[in-house]
Amino acid sequence: MSFRCEHLSKSFALRDGFVQAIDDITFSVRDGEFVSIVGPSGCGKTTLLKLITGLLQPSAGTVVLDTVGENGRPASALVFQEHGLFPWMTVLENVAFGLETRGVARTERQERAMAFIASVGLAPFADAFPHQLSVGMRQRVGIARAFVTDPRLLLMDEPLGSLDAQTRLLLQEELLRLWTRSRSSVVYVTHDIEEAVLLGDRVLVLTGRPGRIQGEITVPLGRPRRLEYATNPDVGAIKWQVWKMLEQDARRSLSMSSTEATSSEAPAAP
Amino acid sequence: MSRGNGLRSLGTGGRPALLVTLALGVLWEVWARGRSASTILFPPPSVIGATLAKQAVSGELLRTVAATLRRLAFGFVLGGIPALLLGLVMGFSAKVRAAVDPVVAAAHAIPKIAVLPILMILLGIGEAPKIVVVAAAAFFPLLINTMAGVRQISPIHFEVAHSYGASALRVFWRVLLPGSLPQILSGARLALNGGLLITIALEIVAARTGLGAAIWLAWQTLRVEELFAALVVASLLGVGFNATLIRLEKRIVPWHSTPEI
Repeated sequence: MSFRCEHLSKSFALRDGFVQAIDDITFSVRDGEFVSIVGPSGCGKTTLLKLITGLLQPSAGTVVLDTVGENGRPASALVFQEHGLFPWMTVLENVAFGLETRGVARTERQERAMAFIASVGLAPFADAFPHQLSVGMRQRVGIARAFVTDPRLLLMDEPLGSLDAQTRLLLQEELLRLWTRSRSSVVYVTHDIEEAVLLGDRVLVLTGRPGRIQGEITVPLGRPRRLEYATNPDVGAIKWQVWKMLEQDARRSLSMSSTEATSSEAPAAP
Repeated sequence: MSRGNGLRSLGTGGRPALLVTLALGVLWEVWARGRSASTILFPPPSVIGATLAKQAVSGELLRTVAATLRRLAFGFVLGGIPALLLGLVMGFSAKVRAAVDPVVAAAHAIPKIAVLPILMILLGIGEAPKIVVVAAAAFFPLLINTMAGVRQISPIHFEVAHSYGASALRVFWRVLLPGSLPQILSGARLALNGGLLITIALEIVAARTGLGAAIWLAWQTLRVEELFAALVVASLLGVGFNATLIRLEKRIVPWHSTPEI
């Protein structure tokens, strides 16, 4: 489904004033489109996703979705970072959770969940608890949990963060395969420039705090995407373009976090 | 006496724990029978064992333990249920927590046994005031642990539940309760052990049945071996509670493992 964000802003109250997380963000996503968002850490990417799903209310601006959920199909589902799984539920229960809340009968939801668990290669671990799995396996569970509800819009918050490079490549392929089957729209937040380019039809580049849209790049690669595209000279050029947009902010946030660290340590020193 | 087997199944430390316990028992036996100690004040384990066996045969042991366990059980339920409910609410709502916390902290600091006289004036000298004191002792550890259990649930789990459109009731059953269950069970363990201490203490002061009463009677008649026998039973009860709750915990919170001591 398509949706658009119009002049979205969000600020949070702190003890001494406000912090502006994102500021005046406007963009739209077409039906079936895969949009990547990259930005320096702390640019409000997670906040943006929460605004789109309605977990947070914007301070200003609106999110316009072209449909609401229908026929047991939710409008959107959010893939959280690895800590999003319920530690007290088995893999099967975790994946079936989105169906459970929609009132799908037990046998049916277990069947549907098992199909997705199998498709991410975790069938032997259906009855395991998250703490018994590796980080990569947990993230596959998180991805399966979102896909099983067949949402019209998938919002992913660094679903492959904190993975080693090899596992990451494999899961990128898996993710593309699942998405190709579902044809939902995707907003994919990542801090990995190459990942953003390889997966997305478009890459939105955000600035540092407060997050604003700094630029937008259309990726001229066909579908289905293959990971070999990483060696494509176009990809190198786009990555460079994205990096040039990010560079200044990245450097600034690096120096800011180092001064923050020293100033917060200062009072503790004897 | 089947002490070895009992400890093997009840204890959680396995063979080393068994060996240490046995070694201490032997040391005690040798020391108590040596000339430096008085067997009247420090009866050797064999004498204590014989006393226990005699009490077991006569049925006195069972009556005594039953009286203590009965008070503990009623008190645990009477104090535990409100502790659980209030703990969940206080864990979930910062407003309720802020309002109630000072009262809880103040009441927690009162030695529970000290309110027994007041309760006896209010409720008479029967079982009721004793059970209320045990309930008060069980209430606080369970309340505080339940509250902490709810508070340590990561906000992301509530967000996940909301993002999938979970109803308030489902959030309670699928997130709030299982998320805090490991801590609730540790609270129950503390409540049970604390409750046992208080039960025995108040039996010393104000009861004619139960382990505490047996301890006091043994002291007044200077039957020291009976006094030690009662202490052994009390400590075995404590070991039993712990082992049972750890086993229970493994069954009902298999996703969580508590260090076993």
